Amino acid sequence: MRHVLSALVMNQPGVLAHISGMLASRAFNIESLAVGATETPELSRMTFVVKGDDRVLDQVRKQLEKIITVVKVIDFSNQNFVERDLMLIKVSTDGGQRSAIHELVDIFRARIVDVGPLHVMIEISGQERKIEAFIDIMRPYGIIELVRTGRIALLRSAVSSEDVETEQPRSLEPPPEAMV
Amino acid sequence: MSIAQKHAESKPKTHANMNGADILVEALIRQGVDTVFAYPGGASMPIHQALTHRSNVLRTILPRHEQGGAFAAEGYTRSTGKVGVCIATSGPGATNLVTGLADAKMDSIPMVAITGQVARHFIGTDAFQETPIVEVCRAITKHHYMVTRFEDIPRVVKEAFYLATSGRPGPVLIDFPKDVQLEKSTVAPDYDPPMNLPGYRPEPRSVSSAQIRQVLAAIKRSKRPILYVGGGAINSSASEELLKFAERTGIPVTMTLMGLGAFPGSHPQSLHMLGMHGTVYANYAINEADLLLAFGVRFDDRVTGKVSEFARHGKIVHVDSDPSEIHKNKAAHIPIVADLREVLAALNRDMTADDLPDIREWQAQVAEWRRAFPLSYKDPGDDSILPQYAISELHRQTKDRDLYLAVGVGQHQMWAAQYYKFERPRRWMSSSGLGAMGFGLPAAMGAQAAHPGELVIDIDGDGSLLMNIQEFATLHCEKLPVKIFLLNNQHLGMVMQWEDRFHEGNRAHTYLGPVDHPEAVGKGTGEIAAAYPDFVQIARGFGLSARHVRSKAEFPQALAEMLSTPGPYLLDILCPYQEHVLPMIPGGKTVKDIIIE
Repeated sequence: MRHVLSALVMNQPGVLAHISGMLASRAFNIESLAVGATETPELSRMTFVVKGDDRVLDQVRKQLEKIITVVKVIDFSNQNFVERDLMLIKVSTDGGQRSAIHELVDIFRARIVDVGPLHVMIEISGQERKIEAFIDIMRPYGIIELVRTGRIALLRSAVSSEDVETEQPRSLEPPPEAMV
Repeated sequence: MSIAQKHAESKPKTHANMNGADILVEALIRQGVDTVFAYPGGASMPIHQALTHRSNVLRTILPRHEQGGAFAAEGYTRSTGKVGVCIATSGPGATNLVTGLADAKMDSIPMVAITGQVARHFIGTDAFQETPIVEVCRAITKHHYMVTRFEDIPRVVKEAFYLATSGRPGPVLIDFPKDVQLEKSTVAPDYDPPMNLPGYRPEPRSVSSAQIRQVLAAIKRSKRPILYVGGGAINSSASEELLKFAERTGIPVTMTLMGLGAFPGSHPQSLHMLGMHGTVYANYAINEADLLLAFGVRFDDRVTGKVSEFARHGKIVHVDSDPSEIHKNKAAHIPIVADLREVLAALNRDMTADDLPDIREWQAQVAEWRRAFPLSYKDPGDDSILPQYAISELHRQTKDRDLYLAVGVGQHQMWAAQYYKFERPRRWMSSSGLGAMGFGLPAAMGAQAAHPGELVIDIDGDGSLLMNIQEFATLHCEKLPVKIFLLNNQHLGMVMQWEDRFHEGNRAHTYLGPVDHPEAVGKGTGEIAAAYPDFVQIARGFGLSARHVRSKAEFPQALAEMLSTPGPYLLDILCPYQEHVLPMIPGGKTVKDIIIE
């Protein structure tokens, strides 16, 4: 199962290296990782997309929490949250298809951010499925290159995601296979 | 205080002329540090200068290799519970600490390692003796710092000691650039600043009385309970509560390699060590148990063998201070994240006579296994000294002396774990999780520094001893009277044993003598004519007393001589190399596959 984890970490040199090193050394499979500043200068937020069963997720989360500079980890799965990817994509307009591309950009509510004689650069954000669909639809025109951020996500609520989460039970319940 | 005499005039400097290194040393002293193991170099010279100014309260021991210093700090910690400190210079000095840090991480040993670093403006330029040691050590420390601001020094030291000792203990690295060491203070430093650890909440979660009731109910229902106790019992100083709990319930106790000493080895309820080289009766009992009280353990593969088959009939109560250990290798039915001593104290407090299980049948069964499968070895009936016999004799001669015992890694380590019975915690020092050869001698050295008047013995193998043999110089020069009990079989015995069992006895670089000897290719007669190297001559060269012994008839007297000789002493015991450590459950196998002979 796919999980979106969010970690508040201390904004210090080496924290990202520490976390990515831990994930690699314990052979956890990370699909996406995005890091950025937050509303508090001392803290950064990392958003991870991790694939694995509940047991793997439980370990990823506990091992993250064990890192001293990780302040808080929350698992968005099974909660009401918004997730977004951002992509910049350069598409060739060599074949004279600029207006067709423009139409698709409108349909996808993307934006053209740079135009040249032979290309356009498009900015698009949204859920992963939408981004993937847009890539597929641009492919026939000739994708020159593209870049994507990792996933970012926030809970739908009036307070910060960490405050909502604190009441969640710690994952200390035995996994189902332990029940006899 | 002869060591302090050369600096008899030393006084703490006033803050007006203190530099960063002085503040570091002062901060260490305020943390209660009385001994450091420190090897100087260009980037740590200011620290050493500062150490000389405070030598009246802080002893600096010069190991002969930084790895020896790190293991010595561990020996200090393991034998006292206080934080051991080692210091090295940048670059090679720092990288030589790496094995010690990894060892302390694996065995949850609180330690603070301080490394000099090149000046800040050189960092990242591949300067002379520059190594990004924080990068190297991230995965093998509990936490790590690089001090980039002078004013951070007291806070970093305070946090380092707090992190090392709280929650699940572990090593902390402080990397300290030379220019920060040399920076002068303008104001009096605050040695007790607020800490900045917003993400660290190590308080053992309180044990709810509901959880305690749950455990008591599980015990009451059980017919075949067993206590499986590890290093967590030592780290949380839970021995007294454990003894009380075990005696009241009558539940048999087995210990991991790290747990030895948590429960008295001579106690009738002790099943001694379990796992790969544990006793048959401990492994049978674990296998048949219907309730596993897994206290301060981590279900290591050397304990469990094939983990899915381990204790498969048993409900598991898992108590640990580290939430990430719960369900990591084995799912627990009753998981409790808390300090083990707290849990045992609560169990002892809340347990009534009604909670006691009726386990007489089980106790009889365990006693029967113990009778049928005692720890044993075949006496060849000649004059050779079997290692198992040698350690039994050591135990016989020293059991009233409350000694401290360190070991290297390999066969001798397992035999020591099997045949020496520890009555108290913190008497046994073994590189257990990492299995680092060369650990024994420096660890014993650190324990001796912490316990100057006590008997400290390093049971070592010839392979392990050679890995840090330079520390003989430290024993002599620092007046540390460690006794080295060398079980010399001229081979890397544990690897040889696996060659014999799993590789048709093909010797693959496990003979430690010259390559043209027949033993190098497994064609020896079993008689070692002349052992290589001559450890006695080496020891004497370093200023130690030493002797050989290869006759069983002479052994008890030779051992007595070692024990009664003042100062450091090497007893080189030539042993037959054909012995295997038994019992043995091969890696990844189950108790059904146990090899008894």
